[in-house]
Amino acid sequence: MVLAELQDVHFTYAYADTPALKGVTLTLEQGMLHGIVGLNSSGKTTLCGLLRGIVPSFHHGELTGRTTILGRELADWNPDELATTIGCVFDNPFTQISGIRDTVFEEIAFGLENLGVAREDIITRVIQVIEQLGIEALAEKNPNELSGGQRQKVAFASIIAMDSDVIVIDEPTSQLDPEASEAVFEIIAGLKKLGKSIVLVEHKIDLVAEYADTVTVLHEGRVALTGTTREVLTDPRLRSFGVTPPQVTELAERLAASGRPLSRVPVTRAEAVELIGERMREEVGGGYRTA
Amino acid sequence: MAIELHDVGFTYPDGSRAVSGVSLRVEDGERVAIVGQNGAGKTTTVKLMNGLLKPTEGEVIVDGESTAKRTTAQVARTVGYVFQNPDDQLFAADVRAEIEYLPRYLHWDDAKRETRVARAVELTGIAPHLDINPKDLPAAIRKFVAIAAVLVSECRYVILDEPTAGLDQRGFALLGTLLDRLQGEGIAVVTITHDMRFVVDTFSRVVAMAAGNVIADGPLPAVFCDDHVLNRSRIRRLEVAQVARDLRLGDQAVSIDDVVALIP
Ligand SMILES: Nc1ncnc2c1ncn2[C@@H]1O[C@H](COP(=O)(O)OP(=O)(O)OP(=O)(O)O)[C@@H](O)[C@H]1O
Ligand SMILES: [Mg+2]
Repeated sequence: MVLAELQDVHFTYAYADTPALKGVTLTLEQGMLHGIVGLNSSGKTTLCGLLRGIVPSFHHGELTGRTTILGRELADWNPDELATTIGCVFDNPFTQISGIRDTVFEEIAFGLENLGVAREDIITRVIQVIEQLGIEALAEKNPNELSGGQRQKVAFASIIAMDSDVIVIDEPTSQLDPEASEAVFEIIAGLKKLGKSIVLVEHKIDLVAEYADTVTVLHEGRVALTGTTREVLTDPRLRSFGVTPPQVTELAERLAASGRPLSRVPVTRAEAVELIGERMREEVGGGYRTA
Repeated sequence: MAIELHDVGFTYPDGSRAVSGVSLRVEDGERVAIVGQNGAGKTTTVKLMNGLLKPTEGEVIVDGESTAKRTTAQVARTVGYVFQNPDDQLFAADVRAEIEYLPRYLHWDDAKRETRVARAVELTGIAPHLDINPKDLPAAIRKFVAIAAVLVSECRYVILDEPTAGLDQRGFALLGTLLDRLQGEGIAVVTITHDMRFVVDTFSRVVAMAAGNVIADGPLPAVFCDDHVLNRSRIRRLEVAQVARDLRLGDQAVSIDDVVALIP
């Protein structure tokens, strides 16, 4: 079954003059990590909202076209059922915290309680995600008295605690230090290994390159590019849609521009090391031959 | 003229020890990046610089005067702080009112108010949004509104708390230009960020924090070529510098340019 299928989807928020989505056609397979990139206001957050059904059930507006989620048309989903099927981290870590729980531990337990999970299971599960994110020291702190990044970790922990099969995450690492950002991607990769499907909006293109299976570039409410991570990130039009290629791709471009092209364009660090290493060995070999 | 922190410590009311023994100096007109792990005490440190928090130990001196003797509003006139979370800062019903709040509060005359507001709006590119409620704007634009609301003041030091979070390519370009223009006007800028590419491309002095302490302070290599500092502050070399290391081309490369020059 496919995770989501969108056919010529248009959406205009109530009171907005211009549509947020202008004819999006896109298929997202199950069991993969799908990266969604693009400029601010290109429609990424609206797309996430649609996959989760909060567009248009909560954020009202005019929706046309066909959206099918897990084989069922969006209109046929009960919004509550869809919300529990798809776990979701919003793009604003500061508003994700419920504000009504006294400790980080209880904050993370909150969603599970709403699902009616037994208390013993909640405790086991919460302890597990707290360890996964390395936030043991914060468990007893008041969620309103955390640093920005600590808050974002708690928001993320609350979602993965729910253990839903599909997770839609809108910029889960925007406030995180580089090590914590990598840790979040590792956790997401682990969830994928367990068979879960993930849709991830992310500006950190180097991490997207490393972890995503597919990448979709949104531009002005339309799908500008979509395909495998490599196809999309090496597409010469990428920059024209406001997306910076990965650093190693830029490095390859710089090398090519100075007459030192690599045999292929790398998008990940491992590829870059391999391709540049190959070039360096050729240099040595070439030098030897002419000598 | 400078902001000086002398052996500063701060403990929050709930007992959390956020910073200890921090000594730091930001000169007039200087540009400094602060990096480091989540919870390291970066936000706390800069709130101490603008008087939002007063040190529980040590002393913070702004242009020769201790912040302990002045109100937050007084210190904030010299040291502007843009909050990490714009929602903690913005309160007005539309963007224009937000930016005009301070000029009206200070009873500036119309001419002065209009000039300062126009400059802040122009520097931050928020002209299309003046009539909108900040709450209805996307997070990245809300952040620029928060920056404008601080730039309208006549502060000599501007502190930006994670202006790069969730920023797209256009936003980065705008922010880069903004920093250059402020520097051109002789205004010091202290920026907290988790974006190492931005640090390397935009700053020459970087302060690394870990567990409430400043663990390195100096030119880029003082942080980006020191494994001990990188590990403790949970930050990373640029991806390309890591590639250079993986290829055994040494660990002195900091920027993309450095790496391009290293590869035969
Ligand atoms: N209002 C508060 N009450 C109690 N403790 C707090 C409060 N704000 C922050 N802290 C704690 O103080 C420490 C330093 O927090 P601070 O916000 O200065 O970190 P930071 O370096 O800015 O982190 P981040 O990168 O996540 O924004 C953290 O351990 C945090 O939990
Ligand atoms: Mg902070």
